[in-house]
Amino acid sequence: MILSVNGIEFRYGSRPILENIGFTVQRGEFLSILGNNGAGKSTLLKTLNKILSPKKGSILLDGQEVSKLSRLAIALKMAYVAQNYESNRQTVFDAVLLGRKPYIKWEATASDLALVQGVLAKTGLEEFALRYLDELSGGELQKVVIARALAQEPEVLLLDEPTSNLDLRNQMEVLKTIQTAAKEKNIAVIAVMHDLNLALRFSDKFMLLQNTKVFVAGGPEVMTAENITQSYGVSVSVERVRNQIVVIPM
Amino acid sequence: MVRDETLPDGEITHYLRYTWKKKIIMLGLMMMTAMLALYAISAGSAELSPWQVLLTLLGQTEGQSKIIIWSIRLPRVLAAMVAGIGLAVAGAVMQTILRNPLASPSTLGIAQGAAFGAALAIIGLGAGSTPSTGGGALLINSPYLVTISAFVAAMLTTMIILFLAQYKGVSPESMVLAGVALGSLFSAATMLLQYFTNDVNVAAVVFWTFGDIGRASWGELGIMFCVVFGSLLFFLFNRWNYNALDSGAETAKGLGVNVESTRQWGMFFASLITATVVSFLGIMAFIGLVAPHLVKRLIGGDNRFLIPASGVMGALLLLAADTLARRIIAPVVLPVGAVTSFLGAPLFLYLLVRGSKLR
Repeated sequence: MILSVNGIEFRYGSRPILENIGFTVQRGEFLSILGNNGAGKSTLLKTLNKILSPKKGSILLDGQEVSKLSRLAIALKMAYVAQNYESNRQTVFDAVLLGRKPYIKWEATASDLALVQGVLAKTGLEEFALRYLDELSGGELQKVVIARALAQEPEVLLLDEPTSNLDLRNQMEVLKTIQTAAKEKNIAVIAVMHDLNLALRFSDKFMLLQNTKVFVAGGPEVMTAENITQSYGVSVSVERVRNQIVVIPM
Repeated sequence: MVRDETLPDGEITHYLRYTWKKKIIMLGLMMMTAMLALYAISAGSAELSPWQVLLTLLGQTEGQSKIIIWSIRLPRVLAAMVAGIGLAVAGAVMQTILRNPLASPSTLGIAQGAAFGAALAIIGLGAGSTPSTGGGALLINSPYLVTISAFVAAMLTTMIILFLAQYKGVSPESMVLAGVALGSLFSAATMLLQYFTNDVNVAAVVFWTFGDIGRASWGELGIMFCVVFGSLLFFLFNRWNYNALDSGAETAKGLGVNVESTRQWGMFFASLITATVVSFLGIMAFIGLVAPHLVKRLIGGDNRFLIPASGVMGALLLLAADTLARRIIAPVVLPVGAVTSFLGAPLFLYLLVRGSKLR
């Protein structure tokens, strides 16, 4: 068990955002956090690596309480890809090299550079290595921030809507890259997802949030038409097409 | 950066070539600064050849040229370089940690705070001036009181901004606005002080704010040097943190950066540099704003190169401005603060329009 979350509560002022959230994730597992806008998905993700501090509950990362770990100690094990990221005048290589930041003492070493080169190759960004971020398309930029997180060599990868800016082809490519890396390196992936079908295709586990609480969580078996209809408030049909489960809004 | 020839050809080689270009540009700037420094030491009412200057610096000559160089020109040139490095580096760090291209010592109210402190000392605390009979320049009775008062007021401005950020949760964007507000508050306070005093004191305050590199003696130079290079070392130690911050606060946190304390300490040291330089030498506008931007245009925003290169650019600009101020209508010395803007602004506008960048 790489991550174990128990009884998390979070509120902005008196407004509850998360109530009594608990779940566990194993190494190599891909967990999708699903639910309507405002259900608390992004907030939950941010509490996991101490960007936000929950008011109650515990988060154990490899057996250690996250709230007691330093940011650096967390960064050595957990990488986070924010929903909004900045494009600035920085090359792709530099942006990905920044993923080595938790390991760099004074200056990047040859092995840091070699690792960055490997990640660029894996994410198909080689030809963009010396391009500036502010000259990239949304899809390329999304790949860069994911490449940076992979360069961090995390044990847990937190992704906030990793495919929201991407076209169909890039959605598939990016999720495939994440899935492959996760299986290869035994990384646990926790992703906030909007697209139910993409979530179904790439994740092992699902957690449906509704109004600050876990509505249901588990394997593909929990992704029933009834559960989805109730938690999203939209009636859907869940079908099996060519050995692939798909959700169709009715 | 590590250069390892055994690495496979490809992105790493290209990348290392790209970073070498930046280093070569930085080296070029350093050489330009060194040459200008040599010229600045040799040029003046007593003309010395650059060769004589070199010999004197190496201790090979005696007499008048030795006195002129060691007690007048060398401290002035070094002061211009140290102050230029300090202001530019402070500006570069402020722009990064506040994520605002307009952040600089003069836009955050620190310079105005220093000016108020100086005015308070000159007018309120009786460090006032007596008109000198000979040269027409104004003398300040107790320069140390003025310096200390300016320093305290400048640091007070910083402390207010940091307090707002720390305890009231003011965002970086609002920190810049708070700086602007404090700047205009201190300007107004200075104005009121000037309104209720005599013309001699007003002249002394105005004269102080002009900025004059020649005020620095060896002792003051030593203090400035320690503050500037101590802070520079701190900034260089944090350069990866600043790069992470440049990618957004949440991303930086995910990369293990203590965002709040990085901001607070960065602001503290940047302000310490500014307060020290301004209280010794007066206000030199624009260096802290323009030098980092010029460097960004040349070599990009990577703080590993931006911070040291901004320092070199600041030294070059302030030295150039001071040399021009001394030479253009010699023997009259123009206020260097005005020259920095005259020199920097057109150059800046030209580069903005041309949009030069390193690939």
